[in-house]
Amino acid sequence: MSDYNPTTEAEIADIIAQSQGPLAIQGGGTKGVTCPGKTISTQGLTGIVNYEPGALTMIAKAGTPLAEIEAVLDKEGQRLAFEPVDFGQVLGQQSDPTIGGVFAINNSGSRRFQSGAARDFLLGVRFVDGTGQILKNGGRVMKNVTGYDLVKLLCGSWGTLGVLTEVAFKTLPKSETQRSLVLHGLTSEQAVNAMTRCVGSPFEISGAVHLPFDPSGAKTVIRIEGFEGSVAYRVEQLQKLLSDYTQSQLDDAGSVAFWNDIRTLAPLDGHSQAIWKVSVKPTDGPAIMKSAGFTGGFMDWSGGLIWGTAAASTNPRDMGINGHATLIKGPTETISKFHPEAPLVAAYSNKIRQKFDPSGRLNQGLMA
Amino acid sequence: MDMPAPNSEIIAKKAMIAARLRQVLPDRAVIEDPAETRAYECDGLSAYRCPPMLAVLPSTTEEVAEIMKICNEYNVPVVPRGSGTSLAGGALPTADSVILGVARMNGVLETDYDNRIIRVQTGRTNLSVTGAIEEDGFFYAPDPSSQLACAIAGNIAMNSGGAHCLKYGVTSNNLLGVRMVTVAGEIMDIGGAHLDAAGLDLLGVICGSEGQIGVVTEATLRILHKPEGARPVLMGFDSNEVAGQCVSDIIKAGVLPVAIEFMDRPCIRATEAFAGAGYPDCEALLIVEVEGSDAEIQEQLDKILDIARRHNPVELREAQDADQAARIWLGRKSAFGAMGQINDYMCLDGTIPVSELPYVLRRIGELSKEFGLDVGNVFHAGDGNMHPLILYNANKPGDLEKCEAFGAEILKLCVEVGGCLTGEHGVGIEKRDLMNVQFSEADLDAQMKIKDVFDPKWLLNAAKVFPLANSQARRTAA
Repeated sequence: MSDYNPTTEAEIADIIAQSQGPLAIQGGGTKGVTCPGKTISTQGLTGIVNYEPGALTMIAKAGTPLAEIEAVLDKEGQRLAFEPVDFGQVLGQQSDPTIGGVFAINNSGSRRFQSGAARDFLLGVRFVDGTGQILKNGGRVMKNVTGYDLVKLLCGSWGTLGVLTEVAFKTLPKSETQRSLVLHGLTSEQAVNAMTRCVGSPFEISGAVHLPFDPSGAKTVIRIEGFEGSVAYRVEQLQKLLSDYTQSQLDDAGSVAFWNDIRTLAPLDGHSQAIWKVSVKPTDGPAIMKSAGFTGGFMDWSGGLIWGTAAASTNPRDMGINGHATLIKGPTETISKFHPEAPLVAAYSNKIRQKFDPSGRLNQGLMA
Repeated sequence: MDMPAPNSEIIAKKAMIAARLRQVLPDRAVIEDPAETRAYECDGLSAYRCPPMLAVLPSTTEEVAEIMKICNEYNVPVVPRGSGTSLAGGALPTADSVILGVARMNGVLETDYDNRIIRVQTGRTNLSVTGAIEEDGFFYAPDPSSQLACAIAGNIAMNSGGAHCLKYGVTSNNLLGVRMVTVAGEIMDIGGAHLDAAGLDLLGVICGSEGQIGVVTEATLRILHKPEGARPVLMGFDSNEVAGQCVSDIIKAGVLPVAIEFMDRPCIRATEAFAGAGYPDCEALLIVEVEGSDAEIQEQLDKILDIARRHNPVELREAQDADQAARIWLGRKSAFGAMGQINDYMCLDGTIPVSELPYVLRRIGELSKEFGLDVGNVFHAGDGNMHPLILYNANKPGDLEKCEAFGAEILKLCVEVGGCLTGEHGVGIEKRDLMNVQFSEADLDAQMKIKDVFDPKWLLNAAKVFPLANSQARRTAA
């Protein structure tokens, strides 16, 4: 149980306005983050407020479990196309993530390079800022340029600008079927070359990972989704494109199972001391995989996202990254969780935080 | 439309400011002759005009930084300008302002197909971004209808969309990084060739900030491989409700067309008279376009046509070749020109939840009678972004005011049914004073706090986006 367990947005506003000292915001508590102060849970704010499958939009209270949302979408043949990563296994958490938590950390999975990130699907937010003020931005329609886009600013702000109370987001149809092409025995360089060729083809792929440490040997897996005829056609075209390599195929069920494992980060050793997430341009991926000091891991986003396991003393930032590295699990006492920003960017970001949370109470120390 | 009174103290210093700017810019890059500054007196919202005090046309990011330092030192208002195609008055100057035009900065800095990015200077036009890569099979997706002329700088400022954003997203979804000059003249880089910039999503808030936060001089854009082909179908219905239901059913069936365009009867008639595209005379018309190989296109069209037939269309026309495809698009693409033949028009841009479409069209019809002005509707139905075109006579006293009042009622209606004031054109001055309809004082204040952070003296494009009464204290504090 948290220190505060509000069930309405107004209660959250009261708690923030009337309390003093730091507050740690908790959704499902699945991100392995601990902040100082009293805990305030959003889990009492639940329920789907509005869902229009024909408009591809849903509005839900921030504490609504992700599982509940996915079940409701599934009934209508829809899904969250940005495929949020499930950290439960590797972080050893039993509880369910909330939809607010998903957007608060801009949690996007393997389909991100094709369909967009969580932030690209978030249409509107209601939130309470660090002074207890209830605010809204965006709306529930897909195209909206009315005023500044604070929706994106809130998405990925890890609760440091305000407590999300309600989110409106875009949904997409599930694909009728999917298949995956598997390439065997590629080096990281060969894999990124193959994956970027697929991404840069007209044959629209929705997943591209390389698993250099797979027990059965290095594996590169390309996902193709859509209507049956279209999938068959694109698989054939991609097979031709990749004819230099030894290939096999995963059918619909096999492909679904494989990408579920990726979504739960199953290839990562949950017992490792540290888990890193590195975002770079895809062609930089192999060098990082090789030289960042990772003991295990894999590349997603056709090489642009590296999940690495490492010893507590390893810091991939030391090699100089043109992108950013986030410490998902590990010694955050000695290594900052987030990639240090350029001084000018950090200065402006800090000023924004001071505007929304003048006394720096919300998730104190995170992102700062 | 009110604009703040120009600051006469600044205008009095015009010669000195021009001289200071000439110290950091080539002579030809500083324009002060009133005969020449007049070229910058308006943008696409040409009902409102005001020549700037000066115009500057820098060629490098460093020059932009020097300009900003000087303007900041003397508290000179700056209005950034791309190609000046804004329909919302986003680039309208004030008499005490410096227009900062990025048109001379139009180069391609980097093309990287492996990582699917292009880095350009922001004065480059939208279409010429695609022009630089199309021979290699690639394109830049956002396609505002002004794409021949509009600059990437303006696309970023307004977070521009286009007909194909149902599938590919708007500017914000295709922008990976920027180099931006702040009001203080600092040069900052945000994001880059990698996905998702680190830290707070400043990129997200810069995109769509209407030139009020900084001057973006370079952009890293996501590019895509062109699809193998594309083909439209045209369908006519005898009621807006049925057409709206058909859109919703297509989306629910899991087909994701690249575009779903909608035209109502007044618009169909006007375009037929103008372009003779051979459209049926019906209540509502849909153009749905899908992409892929021939077989993939057929697979999607079969599903779409199946759905359409269930709604008893009065016309169902599938393009058999490129010529027929062009004819299907002809009327839609000439819709604005066709309405312009009849009279002057004002183009609105509100977005509504798709399910509210029949109700909103009915209400617009009623309002049209009340105001005594004709209106035609053409819009991106897949995402609910409407473009009502209100016809009026600019030479008839009072007609523009009546048209604006009618437009305001339509936009209020959009907000009332759960939508918003603008889907892709931006607020500018045009919808500035309606912002209170959609946002509370606190909501607007939260947005203005972002401007406070980047532009504490409110020098950049300050009289836009926020109702003047709301921004008054901030604008006049310096």
